[in-house]
Amino acid sequence: MSKQVTLSINGVTAVVPEGTTVVDAAKSVGIDIPVFCHHPKLEPVGMCRMCLVEIGRPMLDRATGQAVIENGLPKIQFMPKLETACTNRVSEGMVVMTISDKAKDGQRGTLEFLLTSHPLDCPVCDKGGECPLQNLTMAFGSSQSRFIYDEKNHLEKQVPLGELIWLDRERCIQCARCIRFQDEVAGEAVLGFDERGRNTQIVSLSTPGFDSVFSGNTTDICPVGALTTADFRFGARPWELKAQASICTQCPVGCNTTLNTRREAKAGGDIVIKRVMPRQNEEVNEIWLCDKGRFAGYHYTESKKRLTKPLVRKEEKLARGSWSAAVNLAAENFVKYKKDFVVLASGRLANEDLFNLKSLADTAGGKAILYSDMGGGDITPLVGVGQGTNIGEMGKGDAILVVASDLYQEAPIWWLRIKQAADRGATLIVANPRETKLDKFAKYVIRYAYGDEVKTVNDFSRKTKISDEFAKAKNAIVFFGSEGLGLNGSSMLASACATLLKETEHIGKPNNGLVGVWQRVNDQGAWEVGFRPEPDLEKALKGKAVYIVGADPVGDDPALAKALKGAKFVAVQDILETATTEIADVVFPAQAFTEREGTFTSGERRVQRFYAAVPPKGETKPDFAITSQVAKGMGVILEGSSVSVVFDILANSLEAFADLSYEKLAEVRGQFPIVGRGDLYYGGTTYGNTQGLGVQLVPTAQAGGAVHISKIRKEAALRPKENELLAVPVSKLYDRGVTVNPAQLLDRRVGEASVTLHPSTAKNLGLEAGAKVKINLDGVKAEATLKLDDTISTGVALVPRSMGIAIHEPVVAKVK
Amino acid sequence: MGVFDPVIELGRGLAETLRSFLFEPTVTIQYPEEKREVRPRFRGRHILHRYEDGLEKCIGCSLCAAACPSDAIFVEAAENTDEKRFSPGERYASTYEINMMRCIYCGFCEDACPTEAITLGDNYELAYTDRRDAIYPKEKLLDPAPSADMSSPRKVEPGVYNRSVPEMKNPSK
Repeated sequence: MSKQVTLSINGVTAVVPEGTTVVDAAKSVGIDIPVFCHHPKLEPVGMCRMCLVEIGRPMLDRATGQAVIENGLPKIQFMPKLETACTNRVSEGMVVMTISDKAKDGQRGTLEFLLTSHPLDCPVCDKGGECPLQNLTMAFGSSQSRFIYDEKNHLEKQVPLGELIWLDRERCIQCARCIRFQDEVAGEAVLGFDERGRNTQIVSLSTPGFDSVFSGNTTDICPVGALTTADFRFGARPWELKAQASICTQCPVGCNTTLNTRREAKAGGDIVIKRVMPRQNEEVNEIWLCDKGRFAGYHYTESKKRLTKPLVRKEEKLARGSWSAAVNLAAENFVKYKKDFVVLASGRLANEDLFNLKSLADTAGGKAILYSDMGGGDITPLVGVGQGTNIGEMGKGDAILVVASDLYQEAPIWWLRIKQAADRGATLIVANPRETKLDKFAKYVIRYAYGDEVKTVNDFSRKTKISDEFAKAKNAIVFFGSEGLGLNGSSMLASACATLLKETEHIGKPNNGLVGVWQRVNDQGAWEVGFRPEPDLEKALKGKAVYIVGADPVGDDPALAKALKGAKFVAVQDILETATTEIADVVFPAQAFTEREGTFTSGERRVQRFYAAVPPKGETKPDFAITSQVAKGMGVILEGSSVSVVFDILANSLEAFADLSYEKLAEVRGQFPIVGRGDLYYGGTTYGNTQGLGVQLVPTAQAGGAVHISKIRKEAALRPKENELLAVPVSKLYDRGVTVNPAQLLDRRVGEASVTLHPSTAKNLGLEAGAKVKINLDGVKAEATLKLDDTISTGVALVPRSMGIAIHEPVVAKVK
Repeated sequence: MGVFDPVIELGRGLAETLRSFLFEPTVTIQYPEEKREVRPRFRGRHILHRYEDGLEKCIGCSLCAAACPSDAIFVEAAENTDEKRFSPGERYASTYEINMMRCIYCGFCEDACPTEAITLGDNYELAYTDRRDAIYPKEKLLDPAPSADMSSPRKVEPGVYNRSVPEMKNPSK
């Protein structure tokens, strides 16, 4: 614990840690000093001069260095001029006056300056109503301006900074919060100032404009309406919006979000989601959200392709059926083909859904398969990060190893937080076969050839500078992913990482352990309830009676489509029409996560609640309830009416979830910085957390249980022949997945299916960048655009997942 | 009481009727053929105004809806383009509805409007036979365009109408 400093602010005594700024100290005792450029997550710069206050410090005797005592009290010496409260750090005995006439005069004058050229756009501005400049003008400003109205400086309006963010240069007050966010927090300096004086303006320095996946956050922290999102543009006025807590479903980070909803005439009078805002959780996403979560996070739930009615196949055609007819048909067939009953579900579902599905499979004698190409989820409950883990606390003396994962593309908020941990002094080790954006911040970068992942991790047992630093670290977390790996490869990698952590005693404690960078939001939860991926999915589906939930195997892979065509019976439960629903015998329409309650388990094994924000569409039902109905038809009784009861049953039957309940998951505590509606000027428009911070599960190692890491049989590495390439799957943030595709705003950033080669490989094949190439992945043919990357090795071809080319694991490929 | 008293009383009454019928001016009018002028400060049905060039004054800011004490106004905004321009500036009201059953004709919407787009007019003929007709959409509220080529939406030259709130003069001058 750092040294505490006592000071007096407006006569109130505050005791704060050394190094706190006067603004933050005042905030801690409930005194609001107006700020624009200051942000608790950014370094102070003192650019806007809004926080002018009177500061006095105890006078020291020059000879003795002791405080001068006058009338029994230390004599306070005030500076002749006002000082900025955001750049001054607290000191012992400091006296601050924020509401003296002199201070108020200074604050009023600053606002008058800031408003000299600010346009009267409030009625059309998206920030109007939640605008710090509006609020502070009302609270601290003068009602008159001495500046000449006709001399207002006019700058360019409606400037697109890329296709996601709009800039209005006239509204900007040059606080540089956005530039500083990109430089300091995101580490991508894509914004900057141009020109000087009154003409100072924000410019994008990148092509395409504002090339960062964190761009949406700048609109949150912008204290005026200079930066607004294209997604919400003129969507509603902030006071018309209702807010409901939710969890982002785009990646395993599990960012806390708030869904803003409003009734809309355009949508036929329905209540719709207008925007996704981050919700503060300092242990998960702090106050940030990536652009995928913000701009693709909800569009798919409002897609025109939503299933709203149960469908039953009649004479080769899917036709509308009643719930009872659909459920009975499915139940009959599952009973009929009891021996061949298979449940295939994905990590898009909530814990409760997966639990009911697993219970059904177990009771009915079926098999529960997780639709995933990544393994290791059986190891994370043993040696996962300990309860109380917060990457935001990691720094000097700690180590983070990221292996086989491009976190910027797979889990941007983890990338952001790991980058900041590295900034604070944590040893960041990045092991990846190709260059990733995290390399820049890493102390050590390890390059290995695709296929050598396990060997690379095992090499940590040899004494090297890197392994030594990792072993000696106070705390260490390993993030393992599935870059270039299939199910078997990632399972082996997880096992190797777990062994490394166990040997270096980095398990069973907070900020220590293993984290899987899963492909879907709740893959970890699916593993927890007992779902396991299947190495040979084709074989597992062929000739079976399959219950597919929240997955699109037909659309993803022609081989699986063929296997399902040979299935005895296919029931599909999903929220959207997919290629799989087209071949189904019966289709159940499910509710999206925005329409119901439930919980997800994040990659850090934090169980978090999401709430219903909009009414359900059509005749849809929540997944757990549909499963319970199907189960009833099969003679199995499962809870199907109350989601919290399902969770209680889950908590009773799974050891890791013991003692958890919806009430516990909804608990909140005070967090710093203080954000939320009442403090708009301080931390931005991020929502405060009032509906639950979630609870992290305790891994076996922390609970004191025995940790036995099973060795996984190693398969012989693929060695392509002379004229062949090794095609490896890689993950891409903006992909063509069913949950991203409906977000049209991201279309340009998604691009088309591509294959990436080393320039020399392409040269040997006589191919140029941008060319349309035919790719043959061990028999599976596809077309793609060629991209070149000189940081990858010559013998490989990178094939992105979820972009229309089916690839589950490394395969031998031919490109021409 | 005499025998003739009732007759006298009846005669008096008839005389009064006859007098007012013949010598006093009529106060009733033949509505709807004839319509009475309203007072200058009368508040009747709302009108959404246009500028002289035919573009709509309303910018869809929703401040009228925020000011409305009876929650009678519903506004949705969208973005103007020079190809399809409804109003000057970036924003226009894509949906503008007033529920006349809810409206209490207080005129707060008029006060809140930053572009003087909405005023309460002198129209009080708001009878309807279907409750749904009580909701007045934008088309019913909007002033007629001065001419067909000065209507909205219309194609305009790029960069001319870049300000939503009209250029204002220094109020102190």
